[in-house]
Amino acid sequence: MTAERYDVVIIGAGPAGLAAATELRRRKAGSVLVLEREGEAGGIPRHCNHPPFGLREYGRIMTGPSYARRNLACAIAAGAEIRTSATAIALHEAGRITLTSPLGVSEVTGRRVLLCLGARESPRSARLVGGTRPIGVINTGALQVSVNLKQLRPFMRPLIVGTELVSLSSLLTCRHAGIRPVAIIESSPSPIARWPLALFPRLNGIKLHLNTELVAIEGSARVESATIRNGGGALQQIPCDGVLLTGNFTPESALLRSSGLAIDPGTGGPCVDPYRRCSDPAYFTAGNLLRPVETAGWCWREGRQLGAIIAQDLATGLPAPAANITINLQPPLRYAMPQALLAERGATELQLRVSQRIKGTLIARQSGRELVSRRAEFRPERRILLTLPPRLQPNAPVELHIQPD
Amino acid sequence: MAAQSHPAEPYDLAIIGGGVIGCAIARRFALAGAKVILIEKGADILSGASKANSAILHTGFDAPPDSLELRCIQAGHAEYLEIAPRMNLPVLKSGALLAAWTESDLEKLDAIIAQAHANNVPDVRRIDLAEIRRLEPNLAPDLLGGALIPREYLIDPWSAPLAYIQQAMAHGAKILRNAEVTSGAFGGESWRLQTTAGAVTAAHVINCAGLYGDRIETLLLGDASFEIRPRKGQFVVFDKASAALLHHILLPVPSERTKGIVITRTVFGNLLVGPTAEEQQDRDRAATDTETLHMLIDAAAARIPALATMPVTAIYAGLRPATEQKHYRIRHDPSRNWITAGGIRSTGLSAALGLAQHVFSLWQGKASPPIETIWPQLPNLAEDRMRDWQAPDHGEIICHCELVTRREIEAAFQSPLPPGDFGGLKRRTRACMGRCQGFYCSARLAELTQNRFAVPLSVGAHDG
Repeated sequence: MTAERYDVVIIGAGPAGLAAATELRRRKAGSVLVLEREGEAGGIPRHCNHPPFGLREYGRIMTGPSYARRNLACAIAAGAEIRTSATAIALHEAGRITLTSPLGVSEVTGRRVLLCLGARESPRSARLVGGTRPIGVINTGALQVSVNLKQLRPFMRPLIVGTELVSLSSLLTCRHAGIRPVAIIESSPSPIARWPLALFPRLNGIKLHLNTELVAIEGSARVESATIRNGGGALQQIPCDGVLLTGNFTPESALLRSSGLAIDPGTGGPCVDPYRRCSDPAYFTAGNLLRPVETAGWCWREGRQLGAIIAQDLATGLPAPAANITINLQPPLRYAMPQALLAERGATELQLRVSQRIKGTLIARQSGRELVSRRAEFRPERRILLTLPPRLQPNAPVELHIQPD
Repeated sequence: MAAQSHPAEPYDLAIIGGGVIGCAIARRFALAGAKVILIEKGADILSGASKANSAILHTGFDAPPDSLELRCIQAGHAEYLEIAPRMNLPVLKSGALLAAWTESDLEKLDAIIAQAHANNVPDVRRIDLAEIRRLEPNLAPDLLGGALIPREYLIDPWSAPLAYIQQAMAHGAKILRNAEVTSGAFGGESWRLQTTAGAVTAAHVINCAGLYGDRIETLLLGDASFEIRPRKGQFVVFDKASAALLHHILLPVPSERTKGIVITRTVFGNLLVGPTAEEQQDRDRAATDTETLHMLIDAAAARIPALATMPVTAIYAGLRPATEQKHYRIRHDPSRNWITAGGIRSTGLSAALGLAQHVFSLWQGKASPPIETIWPQLPNLAEDRMRDWQAPDHGEIICHCELVTRREIEAAFQSPLPPGDFGGLKRRTRACMGRCQGFYCSARLAELTQNRFAVPLSVGAHDG
């Protein structure tokens, strides 16, 4: 078994990983290796065959594939080494990684490791959707790889489940491939994504059922129908030849979980401090592995920030990890990222989400003292940003709750 | 459908049904030199009851005393352990823990242990709470006691029957897939069966039709000696990280009707909980329902609290061919060269090799055994042994969750019995069986399997 050493090993060559690689090289942080398990680098944008990508990063609107190529070209130009078809199998102490590639099993060690494993949509099993198990039940990710990279259609008349932004992306993909969805269903009372999706189904003549859940999928070999339940409880069987499960993203954290890094049940991603350090401080995180789910551009910026942070850690060292300030959340707050705070870090920005819609005042307190508050209407699929004051009291949890109006 | 004859006819034996029992019987007879044909109505073997089970190699400690089932389980257990290393089949020697969670459970333990000893499983013993805690530190605190069954093991429920049928094929057995028996007649010397894949002539018929065992009897003998009452079992599979939470097979104290809900690792490195026992009429439709799946997750988390936050990898349901009586249903009609091995409502995976021995002993035909026994080598899918991704030149990882390589996919298609449908490919390689259920790899698999399956993963190309 061969052992290689780099200053930084980045796992995942999507927007976050490639932006971090570029930034680390620009800051002269030493040798950088990016591992990508797919045969091509670029990540999810590689198969999002539509705009808008890259406006803030590169000052122009690009399709996903050209954005992915641009990110890759920047990382290579900056001097990062990109290795595709290389799968990380296990993470060990001190940045040692076991991986497999077509050459077999090997080890590589980074003085620091940045995890950019991304997120994926929950499959049918994790959603506990009932019925039989016919062929033709897939996520948007599989649809887009099929249609955009393989020129294959997984179905012709699917039912689309979900109205997050990715659902709009799936509609564009369907239209491009001549696939005509039978309907879109959404369990919430209104579409999750902002205006385009609310209009889009009508533009295409596709019916949107709100307050409607997928109950079961039927079919012996291929999908034959889907059973849905509307807000009043009535069941309806919709003939279709496929079910497209969109959104409901979950961080791809299995490698971390099996390697013993601490996982936050709220985000499904790793527990991190304000520097995005994991429970083993050789490991950092950027992008949608941190939480589900932000845009490619958001992940790109997080990658770039992490590039700067890791460069600083290698050059002068970061403050010691001391997870002495925890965060306590009251429902309907679902998660807060980062999960641990540092007293002297400076104004840390928390990323929060709620599990149900609520109008009220979001309040952060420490030892009974109000740190910051903000009044708004909070919705489940909208990120909430809350900046804490520069100085926090050590060894006392920060309490967060929403006081309803 | 055009009736074509198959050149190697007539056969000594036609086996109806390519489940684990049919595959094991085909092997036993082929090894004895008989000319065997196995007829399966599905696109692949293991398309019915054998597709879904809890993958345990039982000792028979709790089987009905003095029953054929007990004898078959014990003979099957012994033979499996003997042949597994010769065909590269896994055995995970986990042992089982029969856990008592209530006072009434606790009261039943001594009787269960006495029964186990009477069933010739002498190593079953009571263990105290401290020892259980040491063996299984992740169990819920309300555990009261338990018994250890050291030789309950875990095996690969799909590679095992595949090995049986491949060994049968290596000794000349034929397999017809997509072949549903539509009619047949016994002519005094031999049977002439019509199937949707052509006609078959064979001296003897062995009915291993599982969920259709009674229907096959009615079709070919004119009456059925039992009635299939399908019993559905739903399962939930937790993510691989959960396998570290439990070492033994965790058995409940059984009720009259069922072994109850089991929590167990799998050789593939997952943790599964199930099955339920739900009677239904339909013999094909194995559906899950959200409410029951939640119940299973809650039941598992009540026993192993850390499971409450563990992601779910897969959900599935299987149908067991139960009948109106509990015992195996063997119908031996020498006047019509007929044997039924039916009503294998449970324990089929454990008992298959033993049942094959039993059916062989009933047979009055003659054959000359081959001089040398051939032992096909199955690709290993078990996590505790070397997987293909650990060896060089595997091509690429196709399925990232289960680390399935392109070389493994290609090998499955080049094997003596290539997958007949996508389910068969999953069972042979584990592709698409992991936590993402195809988010990453299903498109690549659609490409690799194009023009291979009657029900393809894609409905066609587009030129957009």
